[in-house]
Amino acid sequence: MSALFGLIRKEVYHILRDRRTLVVIIAMPVLQVILFGYAIRTDVDHVRLAIVDPAPDPKTLALRQRFEAARVFQTVAVLPNSRELEPLFQRGIAQGAVLFEPGFGERLGRGVPANVLIVGDASEPNTGSIVQAYATAVVQGYEQELSRGRSVRIVPTIRMRFNPTRESSNLFVPGLMAFVLTIVSSLMTAISLTREKETGTLEALLVSPLRPWQIIVGKVAPYIGVGFVSVLGVIAEARLVFDVPLRGSLSLLLIEGLLFILVSLALGILISARTSSQRVAMMGALIGTMLPTMLLSGFIFPLESMPLPLRAISVVVPARWFVLVARSIMLKGTGLAYLWRPTLVLVAMAAVLLTASTRAFHARLEG
Amino acid sequence: MRRILFLARAEVLHVVRDRATLAQVLIVPIVQLLVLSNAATFQIVNTPTYVVDLDRSPASRGLINRFAASGHFRVVGESASLEPANDALLRGDVTMVLAIPADFESSLVRNGTAPLQLSVNAEKGSAAGIVQSYASAIVAAYAAELDATRAVRASSEPGGRATIAVQTRSWYNPALNYRDYMVPGILVALVTLIGTLLTAQNIAREKELGTLEQLNVTPITRGQFIAAKLLPFWVLGLIDLSIGLLVGAVVFSIPIRGSLLLLFGAATIYLVVALAIGLWISTLVETQQQAMFVTFFVMNIYLLMSGLFTPIDSMAPWVQVVSQANPVRHFVTISRAVLVKGAGLDDVLKPLLTLVGFAVVTLTLAVRQYSKRTA
Repeated sequence: MSALFGLIRKEVYHILRDRRTLVVIIAMPVLQVILFGYAIRTDVDHVRLAIVDPAPDPKTLALRQRFEAARVFQTVAVLPNSRELEPLFQRGIAQGAVLFEPGFGERLGRGVPANVLIVGDASEPNTGSIVQAYATAVVQGYEQELSRGRSVRIVPTIRMRFNPTRESSNLFVPGLMAFVLTIVSSLMTAISLTREKETGTLEALLVSPLRPWQIIVGKVAPYIGVGFVSVLGVIAEARLVFDVPLRGSLSLLLIEGLLFILVSLALGILISARTSSQRVAMMGALIGTMLPTMLLSGFIFPLESMPLPLRAISVVVPARWFVLVARSIMLKGTGLAYLWRPTLVLVAMAAVLLTASTRAFHARLEG
Repeated sequence: MRRILFLARAEVLHVVRDRATLAQVLIVPIVQLLVLSNAATFQIVNTPTYVVDLDRSPASRGLINRFAASGHFRVVGESASLEPANDALLRGDVTMVLAIPADFESSLVRNGTAPLQLSVNAEKGSAAGIVQSYASAIVAAYAAELDATRAVRASSEPGGRATIAVQTRSWYNPALNYRDYMVPGILVALVTLIGTLLTAQNIAREKELGTLEQLNVTPITRGQFIAAKLLPFWVLGLIDLSIGLLVGAVVFSIPIRGSLLLLFGAATIYLVVALAIGLWISTLVETQQQAMFVTFFVMNIYLLMSGLFTPIDSMAPWVQVVSQANPVRHFVTISRAVLVKGAGLDDVLKPLLTLVGFAVVTLTLAVRQYSKRTA
């Protein structure tokens, strides 16, 4: 047993002495919480609008006034014709444009439909459609005013459940936990085990009286510690800086976290057992664990929108289930009653992967 | 000059002979393009929606049909009470609940207005805001449609009312295809990864193996060494960009509206920045593991703040300012402007000049930082 502790101590020294890696592991999650909180947003606001009004009249001026008054719009240019419009879009100066036809007010006065063309820069499709919807709403509001409220209106009340202000930090913290745990558990473990292989020091460990499982435990235990510290840091920062709620039970969250760590560690060991150089291990960890955690867990991008093959793959991505569980616990305060299914999936994954990874490691030792 | 070429040739042989690196250079870009362009989107399609229709009238049916027909929403469940809807929301099975009150149609006929309740699961990704915008747009369009049928009736009466005919156009991407937006951005990520990660890793590897020491005792100068190291990766980056463009054009048929010459011109400048950052990282680290971590750390921040995944315009104001110091942002802007919008040289002159500035500054800093150390 003391041999095991000796190995753990050695590994801890490795981690503590490699300052640069340590700084990255500690600093990355902290910075990422801030980044995700402030940078990863999709709200469309302060839309830069160009107006093309060939023959200004009281009616077009009144409608333009309404665009100026709408908080979401910001008029950046008023042009007499549409010829100069394209460069504004190409340079990204304007995101949307409203084009009046000549004689707009006169037609409106006669009761003939007056034409307005609304253009959105749809190179980013969401922004394009949302800009169009906003602008259409402004025109419709004006029309309603003209017809003195005689037109049909449906007034939707929109409730944002579980995260009323749609704080993006609330959304990302659970996903970020999964991400940090993956980096520390899978990537670091895979690299650290392969490095011992590459430098030949694993051979030395193998001829020592340590049992194979002791070598594995000794190598990975310190990383569990680092992972936990990182995660606690993320949770603390989320609470202190962004006021992210923790509505459910902390102990359940930590237990699920431990389950996820086991899965990730098993993956890391599996990768290291199958590779012989650090570079291949990095590639394997990157493609096998990091990218799926980032992309296919529903952490940033909605899974529903993805094509079927990717959705099918996402089912075997452990992070998908952990993100689901962590979000539910933190934001909805749900308990095991709702979460037994994803929890069971994680347990099954842990069982399968741990068996497979110890087997793979054994096989290599004998071979 | 001959020394540079010799060393560069050695470097090329290394890359070609090492399967891992070759895979990194050739396969990763293709995988990245295929996966990222499908996975990294905020495209709103088939959002699972639960409908609680307490009215069961032609008007409420009509509204539900508009939602289903939009392609953005998919009705996965329906019931006559709110309870199962809330349950589905809590379980996370649905993203939105559309609740239509019992007096929906009658109140529309009587007062011309009707209430409606939309509950969006805001916990589900940052797409919730977009889901809400699309839902509101559908509701508004439906109201306008109902209004038009009333207006027909009204205009048969004397003194018909004023109408404004609104037409909308989606420039540059009329089919609202998200891939057309993502692929030009992903190309940038690809070039960045090759340039920075490979450079940092490569030099760190020579350090680890001790072969850097050997090079340091040769008469080769610092400038020659750096030039020889960077040259192959500079070419590789351009090759990768070509592969990526080819895949994008053939598989995804993304638009190429502007001049490719301009795009490649910008890429050659941008690659200098990416390589210089890689070189700079390699001077900071001792091992490949560190190189990988530091690169990953830097790349992460750069890519997330570049507007590649989420529009710069949506970011917090101070982030928008800070992101000006992000070279990736400027190349993403150029790539999208040239490919999607067909922008010419004078349209992208500002980001292009910014990149030139970055190239000069980062390369100078990296070269100064790099020393043929003896200790």
